[in-house]
Amino acid sequence: MGVMTLFKLNLFFLLLLIVSALGVVAAQHNARKLFIALENERQIERKLDIEWGRLQIEQSTLIRHGRIEGIARERLNMTVPSTSAIQIVTIDTVPSGLDSRSKRD
Amino acid sequence: MINNPVKPITLSPWRSRLILSVLLLGFIVLMARAAFLQGMHHNFLQEKGESRYSRVVEMNADRGMITDRNGHVLAISSPIASVYADPQLVEITSEQLKKLSILLEMPSEEISERLNRKNSRFVYLKRQLVPDLAEKAIHLKIPGIYISYESKRYYPEKEFAAHILGFTDINDEGQEGVERGWQDVLDGELGSRKVIKDNKGRIIEDIERIRMPKEGRDLILSIDRRIQYRAHNELAHAVQINKAKAGSIIVLDAQTGEILALSNLPTYNPNNRSTISNEKIRNRALIDTFEPGSTLKPFTVAIAMELGRINANTLMQTAPGTMQVGGRTIRDVSNKGTINVAQVIQQSSNVGTAKIALSLKPQTMWEMFNRSGFGMSTNSGFPGEVNGRLRPYNTWKPIEQATMSYGHGISTSLMQLARAYTIFTADGELKPISLLKQDMSVMGHRVISPKTAKAMSAMLEMATKPGGTAPLAQINGYRVAGKTGTAHKLIDGQYAKKHYISTFVGYAPASNPRLIVAVMIDEPSAGQYFGGAVAAPVFSKVMANALHILNIPPDAPANNVVNFTAIPEIDEEG
Repeated sequence: MGVMTLFKLNLFFLLLLIVSALGVVAAQHNARKLFIALENERQIERKLDIEWGRLQIEQSTLIRHGRIEGIARERLNMTVPSTSAIQIVTIDTVPSGLDSRSKRD
Repeated sequence: MINNPVKPITLSPWRSRLILSVLLLGFIVLMARAAFLQGMHHNFLQEKGESRYSRVVEMNADRGMITDRNGHVLAISSPIASVYADPQLVEITSEQLKKLSILLEMPSEEISERLNRKNSRFVYLKRQLVPDLAEKAIHLKIPGIYISYESKRYYPEKEFAAHILGFTDINDEGQEGVERGWQDVLDGELGSRKVIKDNKGRIIEDIERIRMPKEGRDLILSIDRRIQYRAHNELAHAVQINKAKAGSIIVLDAQTGEILALSNLPTYNPNNRSTISNEKIRNRALIDTFEPGSTLKPFTVAIAMELGRINANTLMQTAPGTMQVGGRTIRDVSNKGTINVAQVIQQSSNVGTAKIALSLKPQTMWEMFNRSGFGMSTNSGFPGEVNGRLRPYNTWKPIEQATMSYGHGISTSLMQLARAYTIFTADGELKPISLLKQDMSVMGHRVISPKTAKAMSAMLEMATKPGGTAPLAQINGYRVAGKTGTAHKLIDGQYAKKHYISTFVGYAPASNPRLIVAVMIDEPSAGQYFGGAVAAPVFSKVMANALHILNIPPDAPANNVVNFTAIPEIDEEG
């Protein structure tokens, strides 16, 4: 091998090295950018989590049995019907199930 | 000819050699230094370098949520923020001060007073803020003002489920109830990680996890918040109108032993620490014992029936309403004459029960009580649960055996009493108590035969009918079974004359029991003190509502059932 070919080969590898070094830098940069994006998303997730927790608290405060009962009784003037005012409808499939008391005929 | 005016200088060769060697030496020193730094001092330098841009940041982990059996939140952690300052670093303009005072809703004088404590390095400006608000304050970019986060526990049901849930302290450690009993499950542990930050403070790389965060696990309780609400409300009402000192109520699933509701009075609001006192945090249903009185009679009768000594129709002579045992007198409220065993239960005759008890060996009775779970913790998982007291049978004197048959000389918690009644609702099996929602049916252990359980159930049903001790326990549309108890309170080892504990334990629908409700009212002092008058109405109201909530069909419908026959659905798979 002549000196010239050896030099050319070296030059080629040098170029390759530079390209790959730049590639590493670019990849690192890209990785960091993506990582920042990931961190951002994580923060958003955390925020939404907090928001969800707050909404849960709000919901359970709003659906408190006592509150609903109070509104039903006082604002809507509702009452629990007396037993005599309740009609119980039983659905009897044929042949009748185990529920012997619903057998009438 | 050009004559060089300068005389050529001849330098001695050592000078150039000297220069060369000095330069060479310099290079060698540099190389050596480089090799030293790169090779041997490497770790130290790397560390120093990293510390310029790497930071340790916390990784959040919340305490688990507690929900009821239908997934409604009973306890949840939510972050709150605090704004604090380092007065020595603070530089604030008057405009920033104005903005800050609006955001924090604090007078600006107060803020500047705090910021002027120049000899301190840490001062809270405002604690327990909504995170959004605190972040806005931080975005004013005032040097020396920072934000910190902590989590706060919320209990949306307030005092209605206080004794079940308990509460946590400022370090997020459970102090009472489920929060303490299941601390290991609920507890979340903060993690931390090392990261690289860029000049804008953004995290650009994870270096290592120092500690993995452990998220707290959620807990699904067996509680039904709707029943819990009603149970607490009715108990509070009863304690109030009877001017009672305290009260407890337990609602159990009669087939699985799951606790659907549990409440005590007095109580507290776990969201407001200032309402908490030792007296109020007592979970009386589990950590206080009392003498159960007549609610224990069915167990004595059941074992005698199980052994075939008696049946529901066996006649007992209870006249003249008193009986002498070992020099002491056992009394009935009135002379009931000759009655059968069913009536002994229905009318709650002490004399009748004592006579049945004395026909049994102490060991037999002890085994019955023991197998029914008296004198043994229910292992519900609650902190501080008591065992109750059931003395060994070889120390029993006849009078003690007689009084124990109707619930004196033996002590139990309301939870044990409620659990014991599962033997009548679950075909003779004692079901284990559970505070967590059960997905599969649980195995109990057999105490009495299904036949005896059925016969006892029929007697207990009579107690709630006219002529029984607890007609007030009745519920329109349902068959109800249960037993009252009225016991003198033990104060300093003596039975107090005018202090009573009124109880009622019952279940419904009697034909196919679904729920057990146990009520205990401590020292009713508004005139009424019999269990049938004080505790039974609470039972009736809570039970009626719970049956309604759970959509359990009536087993004693009063002519209001409309029946229609549907064509059977065609099973698509078949």
